[in-house]
Amino acid sequence: MPKAPAGTLYRGREGMWSWVAHRVTGVGIFFFLFAHILDTALVRVSPEAYNEVIATYKNPIVGLMEVGLVGAVVFHAFNGLRIVLVDFWSKGPRYQRHMFVAVGVLWVVLMVPFVIRHLSHVFGG
Amino acid sequence: MTTVAPNIPAPRSPRRLRGRTNTELYSWLFMRASGMLLLILVFTHLFVNLMTGDGINALDFAFVAGKWADPLWQVWDLMMLWLAMIHGTNGLRTVINDYAERDQLRMWLKVGLYTATTITVVLGTLVIFTFDPCPPDAAADLLPSFCQAP
Repeated sequence: MPKAPAGTLYRGREGMWSWVAHRVTGVGIFFFLFAHILDTALVRVSPEAYNEVIATYKNPIVGLMEVGLVGAVVFHAFNGLRIVLVDFWSKGPRYQRHMFVAVGVLWVVLMVPFVIRHLSHVFGG
Repeated sequence: MTTVAPNIPAPRSPRRLRGRTNTELYSWLFMRASGMLLLILVFTHLFVNLMTGDGINALDFAFVAGKWADPLWQVWDLMMLWLAMIHGTNGLRTVINDYAERDQLRMWLKVGLYTATTITVVLGTLVIFTFDPCPPDAAADLLPSFCQAP
C-alpha cells in the first residue's frame, strides 16, 4: 500500500504521545520478559548457576535499570487502564486527557516510595 | 427528450463479508482483559519481591525455592508467564504488522516471534512444575531452610 502523499494522521499531544509511550514501554518490557524467564529457568539447572547469574545483576547500573523497568511497567499498567476506560466507559474519550494526567500522578505516587526503597537496597547494600 | 438511465453495475457482496472472522475482535478484547489481570499479578509480584523484606538483595535460589514451595505462587507465576507472554506477543504482532511493510519480512518476523514465545512459555511452565527446591547434590547453605540435611 503506498504511503499517503501528503499530510499525516499523527495529531501529537496527549493522545498520540501516550500511544507512542505505550508501544515503547510495551516492547521494552516484552524483551525484558524473555531475559527474565530464561534467567529464572536457571533454578532448574542448579542453585549455583542461578545465584551466579543473579549476582551479576547486583550492582548499581542494573539497579538503576530496574528503576527504569518498574517505571515502564507502572506507566504501561496505568495507561492500559486509561485505554480500557476510553474504550468501555461512555465518557472515556471525552476525559482521555484528564486520565492521562491521572496516569502521571499515579505514576509519581507509586514511583517515589519505590525508588527510595529500591535504591536504598541497591546502594545501601 | 428521454433520459438514459446510467449503467450502474449490480452490487457485489462486499469482500469483508466473505469468510470474515472475529479474530481481531477477540485479540482486542484479550489485550484489555489480560492487561487488567496482569496489573494485579505484576504489581503484587513487584511488591513482594522488591519492596518487602530485603527487597532485591534477598533474591537468590533459596528465595525462589521458598516461594514455589507454595502452590499459590506456582499458580501465580504460571498465570503471569502465560498471560504476559501472550499479551506481549500479541502486542509485538501488532507492532510488526504496523511497521514491517514487505510481506516476506512481516511473515518471517512473526514466525520468529511465535517460535520464541512457544519455546519460552513451554520452558517456563516446565521449570515451575519440575524444579526441585532441595536438589540432593547442592550445598546446604544455598537451599531454603525447609530442606533437611541428608
